[in-house]
Amino acid sequence: MIKAAVFAAALIPLVKLVTHGILGQLGANPIERITHTTGWWTLAFLLLSLAITPLRRLTGWAWWVRLRRMLGLYAFFYACLHFLTYLVLDQFFDWPAIVKDVAKRPYVTVGFAGFLLLVPLAVTSTDAMIRRLGGRRWRLLHRAVYLIAMAGVLHFAWLVKKDLTRPATFGAWLALLLGIRLVYWMRGLARSRALARSG
Amino acid sequence: MRSPRHPTIPASEITSPELFRQRRRFIRLAGAAGLAVAFPSATAGAKLEASRPEAYRLAEELTPLESVTRYNNFYEFGTDKESPARNAGSLKTRPWTVAVEGAVRKPKVFDLDDLLKLAALEERIYRLRCVEAWSMVIPWVGYPLAELLKRAEPTGNAKFVEFITLHDPAQMPGQRSSVLEWPYREGLRIDEAMHPLALLTFGMYGEVLPNQNGAPVRIVVPWKYGFKSAKSIVRIRLLEQLPTTSWMQAGPREYGFYANVNPAVDHPRWSQAKERRIGEFFKRPTLPFNGYAEQVASLYSGMDLEKFF
Repeated sequence: MIKAAVFAAALIPLVKLVTHGILGQLGANPIERITHTTGWWTLAFLLLSLAITPLRRLTGWAWWVRLRRMLGLYAFFYACLHFLTYLVLDQFFDWPAIVKDVAKRPYVTVGFAGFLLLVPLAVTSTDAMIRRLGGRRWRLLHRAVYLIAMAGVLHFAWLVKKDLTRPATFGAWLALLLGIRLVYWMRGLARSRALARSG
Repeated sequence: MRSPRHPTIPASEITSPELFRQRRRFIRLAGAAGLAVAFPSATAGAKLEASRPEAYRLAEELTPLESVTRYNNFYEFGTDKESPARNAGSLKTRPWTVAVEGAVRKPKVFDLDDLLKLAALEERIYRLRCVEAWSMVIPWVGYPLAELLKRAEPTGNAKFVEFITLHDPAQMPGQRSSVLEWPYREGLRIDEAMHPLALLTFGMYGEVLPNQNGAPVRIVVPWKYGFKSAKSIVRIRLLEQLPTTSWMQAGPREYGFYANVNPAVDHPRWSQAKERRIGEFFKRPTLPFNGYAEQVASLYSGMDLEKFF
């Protein structure tokens, strides 16, 4: 029930983009608006998926985890839309310009790298793939999401002209979510050391 | 003999302060009403009469007015493109004065209404190329900046011109953020400022400038990136030394003093080879000096445009 509601809510940004597009309400520069909106939601869903583990630890409720895969796949979904917007609407398959962009523009390079890293995570998101890889290897692979989120924030920070408010806000949330993990990890480390000493 | 210092005036001849104030108010109102008829220019949207010289027409489609008024970079009213249209209502464009000072023989503070009468208004259709790689085509109303500068009689020491935007966070809420160093300052070399294309601008689309487009007076320098065209100007200083502009302070590697439109010199973070004309789908190649090379390239002969970006 909650899952269905989250699934539907996550589609709202896309539905809004499409309806505004049909009604001609995307402003003076619609392609820029679509690029920015899909990029913003990619980062938002990345951070939401990263919020699950801290939420589970802080609340003690295990069922948060049931939302994680969907949130991660929505991050991938919006990243695909973002990339396709760039490829089709912004550059219109101008391959030389795209290659030059990826190679020469650090913000494109890091954004593209983040997108490429997301692909294996999306591919290995099924139950069958988790079984095939084994929990240990699967978890190791999916830690790439930390790198991906950092790449996303950096991509945003490097492209804005001057006002860093929005990328800095995403950066602060990411730092918080990773910081909580660090605290739990260090506590775990201390506990296992204490156990080793007493044992 | 009656002392002239102490004239005796019968009390009946003296105007009571109350009546005096009433008369003043009447004169002021009558004056304002007269002005409103003579110059229907106090508020955005009022018509501005101007000639349409053939030399400044352009065989390119005008950008829709709605896009020009709703997609603005004017950080004084916020950093989103839509913020200026939303927030610029708080700007009071009357009374307004522009001080011309510095290395001039005749420094003067011009009232906006005098400034409007200083020279004949012309409508000129110019391309506008933003440093963010989008562009527009806009019919501006104004007269050459040189007309104003000449009247101040720049001295031989005047090598540069600095333009200073109003600094008043109460009217310009974006100035409460330190995203740029306020007041917004821009600059030109004196020969650039004197070039006939450099326009002192009061209107667009035949009407007084909307606040979000730089009312009541701005400059338009069509061969340079848009940020060079300072808006809502209150002070123009003629200087011997090259002034440091707000964008040079914000990013010295990214924004140079000249900022001439140049497809061959990229912004350090993105390409300047192409631009998206607002309202069009496909990008178009950016032209050297935004298509005004024939008129202005000679200003920069012998200069390394990659160094002086």
